[in-house]
Order: sequence, then structure tokens, then C-alpha cells
Amino acid sequence: MRFLQQLFTIFMKDLRLEWRTREAMSAMLLFALLVLVIFNFAFNPDREMVLAIGPGILWVAFTFAGVLGLNRAFASEQENGCLSGVLLTPMDRGAIYLGKWLANLCFTLIAEAILLPFFVLFFNLSLTTEIPPLLLVCLLGTIGFTAVGTLLAAISANTRLREVMLPVLLFPIIVPVIIGAVQSTGLILNHETEGLTSFIRMLALYDVIFLVTSTLLFDFVLEE
Amino acid sequence: MRLERLHTAANVATAIAWGAIVWALYMVFHFVPMERTMGNVQRIFYFHVPSAMVSFLAFFICFLASLAYLFTRRRGLDIAAQASAEIGVVFCSVVLITGPIWAKPIWGIWWTWDARLTTTLVLWLIYVAYLMLRAYLPEGSRKANLAAVVGILGFLDVPVVYMSIRWWRTQHPAPVIMGGKGSGLAPPMSQTLRVCMIAMLCLFIALLLRRIVVELLQDEVDHLYREADVAPPERG
Repeated sequence: MRFLQQLFTIFMKDLRLEWRTREAMSAMLLFALLVLVIFNFAFNPDREMVLAIGPGILWVAFTFAGVLGLNRAFASEQENGCLSGVLLTPMDRGAIYLGKWLANLCFTLIAEAILLPFFVLFFNLSLTTEIPPLLLVCLLGTIGFTAVGTLLAAISANTRLREVMLPVLLFPIIVPVIIGAVQSTGLILNHETEGLTSFIRMLALYDVIFLVTSTLLFDFVLEE
Repeated sequence: MRLERLHTAANVATAIAWGAIVWALYMVFHFVPMERTMGNVQRIFYFHVPSAMVSFLAFFICFLASLAYLFTRRRGLDIAAQASAEIGVVFCSVVLITGPIWAKPIWGIWWTWDARLTTTLVLWLIYVAYLMLRAYLPEGSRKANLAAVVGILGFLDVPVVYMSIRWWRTQHPAPVIMGGKGSGLAPPMSQTLRVCMIAMLCLFIALLLRRIVVELLQDEVDHLYREADVAPPERG
């Protein structure tokens, strides 16, 4: 119970911080929107091509925007020794990690919820029954990359060039998430069901493995 | 003294590696018969496969050393993790370079996104990022901690990457059918392969010991600087 309370405190702290500055959200949204626009110029896709390359474009936009948000999460803690302040509170390290992760997940999901209509609009898709499974895939994929991303952001915040270090560390590790999310999004948009459950199961498995290991390893990241 | 013993061990290992490599070269270019369908280019197999095994071994050692470091906090384990990751990247690069050289004449393509190839590439990317992280982290005890976390996370990711790509690729027809290569290796060929594996392993051990000695000497130099009350120069 205390653990959940601590987790919630950290979560609310990050939400409040973001609400007051709106720095991460606006950067994420604008950047992801730009990705959608640039890819449209790069491929100039017709109706059929959209179904083939659309899922890839969508997930590139999501993950790139996600990295921007994750970078902010610990960059802001580095200023004025905020992280030391958080560490001085009698909190479980696991609760700090999960609280920060939940906040990142929340920001990324909100950004995705705003982006998805733009994606549908720009690429002239008409979604109806596809929406519930698509939302599930977005949720599972985002849990996967923010779980590892929060841990790696805490690490890369200590380096010079932290903005570069995070994607360099993160992208190779989230290859399974990219594959699973892009493939299942593609299957959903093309109204295919064969193989869909195995990709969704793969995403869920990845989420569980990396949430648990990241929670365990986070202890060592914060240690002085 | 530990450093001197390690130094002697590194010298002995280097000498053994020299001998083993000469033996391996003799086996590959003189002893083993020409492969009937692939011709001379097949001989690259004797360097490609042992390098792959040594690089996986190196990354595994990096993982074990990182894990052990987090529990014991011994500087030696941190050095071992770094050294084996560096050497692993070198061997992994050899794998990624020799592979396409063989694939172009045999498969007709340089590269295919098959599970084994893609996993090796992702593995290489993970450990290059790991070494980059080490280079950009400021010196201190936290550096070893943070690097160890990435060393563990990266290694755990490898089987997941492999499984995910296999799943993905079995959804589509594979562009190249890999018939049971290595399933029926002729006796002189498997003998040669064994010798090459031993040679690569000796080379790996020699390089690993050498690298550890260099890092320990570096520590010693830093220590001397501090004793003389002079700030040690920035490590490259």
C-alpha cells in the first residue's frame, strides 16, 4: 500500500510539472507531426502503399516522439539537484522508477491519442472496427519502449551528449517492440487476423520481461 | 604482484595464440580440401564461424562480469566487462564483414534480414552503444554501475530479438533458403573448424588479458598522479 502511495506521489509530481510547463508534450506532438509530414513527402504514398508503409511511419513517429519525452524526464531532474531531493525522501527505488515510467507512459499515450487522428486524416484511412485492437497494440508497444526507455534515460542523463546517447542505447534494445508493433498494426489495417495474436502475445511478453528487469536494475542506476 | 602475473599470463597466451593461428592457417589453406560447389570462397567459413562463437562468448563474459560487478563492486570485474565487450565488438565486426563476402558469390546477395544475421547486427549495435556510453560517462564509481546495467539489459535482449525476428520472418517466405549447412560437415572440414575455433579462442584470451593489463596499468598511473598531487590527464 505504501509502495503504491509513493509511486502515485512521483507520478503526480511529474504530471504537475508537465502541466505547468507543457514542454515535453508540445515538443513530442510537433515533432511527431513533422515525422508524418516528412514521410508523406518522402514516399508520396498512394492508397495501396499507405497500407504497406503506414504502420512503419506511425511507429517511427511514436518512438521518435517518445524519445523526446523520455529525454526530458530525467533532464529536468538533473537541474537544481532535483534527483538528489527525490533520493533523500524515504521512498522505495522501485516506486520511483514505476512512478516515472507511468508518467512517461501517460505523456506518450496522450501524444499518440492526438496523433492517431492526424495519421488517419493525412493518409486517408477510414477506421471503424479496427480501432479497439489498434489501441491495444499502441498501449502494449508504448509500455514496452517506455519501460526500457525510462531506465536508459536515467542512465544517459549522466553523460555528455545525453540527447544522442538515449536513442543510440534504446533503439537496438527495442527492436522486438518495433517488429511486434509494426507487424500487428499492419495486420489490423489490412483486416488480417492470422498471426495477430502471436505478435500481441510477443509484445505483452516483452513488456513483462523488461518492466521487471528495469525495476530491479533501477536500484543500481540511482546509487551514488 | 597481480599485475606482473597477469602480464606474464598475457605473454604466454599471446605466444600460444601465435602458434595456434599458424596451425589454423595451415589447416585452412593447405590441409582442408576444396569444397566441391562453393570453391575457395568457402574457406572464409573457418574464420566466420569461430569469430561468431568468440564474439558471443565475449558478450556473455561481459554480461557475467557486469552482473558480478553489481554484487561485489570489484574494479577487476568492471575492467573485465569493458575489455570483453571491446574484443567482442571486434570479433562481431569480423563476422559482419566476412559474412557478406561469402554471401555475395554463394547466395547472390550481400545481406538478408534473416534471424541470425539481423540478431548479430543488433548485437553489434547494442555493444557499440555500450562502449559509447562508457566513453561518455564521467569517471567515478557510478560509471561502472551504469555500464553494468546496460551490459545486463543488452545481453538479456538478445534472445528476445532472435525470437521476435524468427516470428516475423516465418510470416513471410524467406528470401534465401538455408539448407542444412553444417549438418553434414566432412571430417577434414570439421577438424579444420575445430582448430580454427581453438585458435580464435586463444587469440581472444590473449587479447583479453592484454587489455586487462593495459587498464590496470592505466589505474596505476592515475594512482601515481594522485600520490604526486597532480591531476591525472583526461583518459582517452
